[in-house]
Amino acid sequence: MTPQLHMMPAVARVAGVRRETADTWTLELDPPSKQGEWAYRAGQFNMLYAFGVGEVPISISGSAPRQGTLLHTVRAVGAVSRALAQLKRGDSVGVRGPYGSAWPVEEAAGSDVVVVAGGLGFAPVRPVLRALLARRERYGKVVFLYGARRPEEILYRREIEGWRGRLDVEVEVTVDRAISAWRGHVGVVTTLVRRAGFDPQNAVAMLCGPEVMMRFTVAALRDAGVADERLYLSMERNMKCALGHCGHCQFGADFVCKDGPVFRYDRIRERLAVREV
Amino acid sequence: MGDAYSQDARSLIDRAGLQRLLDALRAARYELIGPTVRDAAIVYDAIERIEDLPVGWTDRQDGGRYRLERRGDEALFGYAVGPSAWKRFLHPSRLRLWRAQREATRFHVESAPDDAPHYAFLGVRSCELHAIAIQDRVLIGDRYVDPSYRARREAAFLVALNCGEAGGTCFCASMKTGPRAESGFDLALTELIDAQRHAFVVQTGSDKGAQMLAQVPHRDASVEERAAAEAVVVRSARSMGRGLHTEGLPELLQRNLEHPRWDDVAARCLSCGNCTMACPTCFCTSVEDFTDLAGGSAERVRRWDSCFTMDYSYLHGGSVRASAKSRYRQWMTHKLATWVGQFGTSGCVGCGRCITWCPVGIDITEETRAIRQSDGAKRGDSHGRP
Amino acid sequence: MEGLERIIREHRFFKDLDPKFVALVVGCAKNVRFEAGEYLFREGGPADQFYLLRHGRVALEMAAPSGGTVTFQTLGEGELVGLSWVVPPYRWAYDARAIELVRAISLDAVCLRRKLDQDHDLGYEVMQRFVPVLIERLQGTRLQMLDVYGAPATEKAAKR
Repeated sequence: MTPQLHMMPAVARVAGVRRETADTWTLELDPPSKQGEWAYRAGQFNMLYAFGVGEVPISISGSAPRQGTLLHTVRAVGAVSRALAQLKRGDSVGVRGPYGSAWPVEEAAGSDVVVVAGGLGFAPVRPVLRALLARRERYGKVVFLYGARRPEEILYRREIEGWRGRLDVEVEVTVDRAISAWRGHVGVVTTLVRRAGFDPQNAVAMLCGPEVMMRFTVAALRDAGVADERLYLSMERNMKCALGHCGHCQFGADFVCKDGPVFRYDRIRERLAVREV
Repeated sequence: MGDAYSQDARSLIDRAGLQRLLDALRAARYELIGPTVRDAAIVYDAIERIEDLPVGWTDRQDGGRYRLERRGDEALFGYAVGPSAWKRFLHPSRLRLWRAQREATRFHVESAPDDAPHYAFLGVRSCELHAIAIQDRVLIGDRYVDPSYRARREAAFLVALNCGEAGGTCFCASMKTGPRAESGFDLALTELIDAQRHAFVVQTGSDKGAQMLAQVPHRDASVEERAAAEAVVVRSARSMGRGLHTEGLPELLQRNLEHPRWDDVAARCLSCGNCTMACPTCFCTSVEDFTDLAGGSAERVRRWDSCFTMDYSYLHGGSVRASAKSRYRQWMTHKLATWVGQFGTSGCVGCGRCITWCPVGIDITEETRAIRQSDGAKRGDSHGRP
Repeated sequence: MEGLERIIREHRFFKDLDPKFVALVVGCAKNVRFEAGEYLFREGGPADQFYLLRHGRVALEMAAPSGGTVTFQTLGEGELVGLSWVVPPYRWAYDARAIELVRAISLDAVCLRRKLDQDHDLGYEVMQRFVPVLIERLQGTRLQMLDVYGAPATEKAAKR
């Protein structure tokens, strides 16, 4: 996109919509006609525009390369996200991006990789797991730990089952609460860290979820021996422009839209400990 | 881009010559903006004649206080800065970004016409030159370029003014942003006024400036006139109303995020956001999306915003910075500390507007001093009382 | 007996326990198993034994306000099941049910409490291992209580 057009959305067509949970939908988007293929890196986001309502930042949660489409999972929590979640196949949606920093997928080659997600935080890390599994031989142990609120709010269930079926990736899912018919884990996601099979001295960890969940997961990983320079978090802040011009997304000295959303932990360690930064 | 002018040369024009300069700028189709008295303050607005300037006016500024007073002479620029800054023109408070038209379930987006005016700014102070350069860095000197700012900025003609006296809340000397206008101008004026004369020493700062000066009757300034102009700047530098010790300031503030002084200022701060509106470097904006009643067309408008609003940091059903304390802390630490890491300079130019226009007179030089004096203090540091 | 001693020595809960204390503990221990669906203990029952899991998973449950049963924690290999044996009135506050086949070391709490009273050094060793488990469970419960992932918007709307 030319600099000018970064203020104006390109228009993409909704190729498909899939309902994931009670309040979450995944939009599958065709690239805008003038653009050709979608290009992005795992961890980046687009600003999605619902006609007349507004824009929100939504992580890219994957792509379907054969069809050439891009995936965004949207939780309907406000006016804009509700409007996006109600789109149907054939509708138009505005897209600006991709913006932001990426997960260290290349840099993690040769190491064990631990991906920990909480709730909707699964969406921004799904492209990482797909990338790791696509070139599995480059990595040591691959571990995916996922915490959700209730079993019915687990995202991408079929994909999780697919990964479980493989022998070369460890998948553990836990929920905060369940009815007794649930046979999986119940408890906070930090309880999965100690049991996971990875070498803390040679592991890269990538975390995404609510800030409090990431703070406690970082503590558990550090207690296990993972170094601060090998921990990565995806942060979130209010965004209006995604260009570093509106000021809203500042998190201490960084703009989440361009210095993040993926941050290495040692860079943001002090800030995370202060309330209301 | 040859040596059409010399940075060291100084010319002299008289009052009539200044009017000729204004005429030449208007003849070149610039929209002339300069200081003028309105609503008991000196604001930047459209002007035509030198009589539109605040002739014979000065200002008295202090924390939460601004008054105009008559001078004993007829100086055209005998005051410091008022509430408005040049950012009103370069970075407009409302700007339509684009429009969208709907056809059934599809829509297309088209850019909104932006006729960027060609402004000529008269009387840009050194602190303001630095403020403009700071906004340049943010809006056109970073990863993405703001096209409407760039258009206005590239078209603008800047006539700087070396301050004759510092204001009650000025501290450009501390911030090393003045009072001498060093660069970033097309022409720079220093007003010489006394019983014998009323004239302006002119320095040329660009080819554009040289071409404009060529249309105005002028002569080389004499040695005495150059010295008099120099003395004006020296006098200003010595009469600063405030001071800010900037050494190690970013580190000082960033290691004192839990300092009890933030609670102290929070008890006074109204979160009114005046400081952000008056500050010449504050750049935050928000966007609004509109549709017509039928829902067939939509547009997006960008408007100024302030980090003091509750909406500013809204996320997941609440504000990240809900307390007034956290919002004041955000503004001040951004301006004086994190800005340096982000953009290479302090965000503050020492113009004093935030001090003057704060309804309760909060003074960032005083707040900084208080934190520096008890560097490392934390609320609840006492480990309890016996 | 020797097999049991080795099992206790190697279990995470008793890691690095002095051999003379291991011998004391063994006296209160036995190997047990539960089939899937069987209860290890029920709410209100006497807290006279507790379990160190060796294999299989256990769900901790309580009756939900809306009816039915809610699982608030699951525990697996290496973990301790049953906390209320330590403090009077020695009564279980919830149900513990085997999700799948469970093999565990069962420790007789009456027997162990007596030995802890008699040998305070042993008491200290056991408490040193027990209290961190308590704190970890408490902190985990607080995080669960915070409901960090947020209720679905539609659920909130339905409640209004």
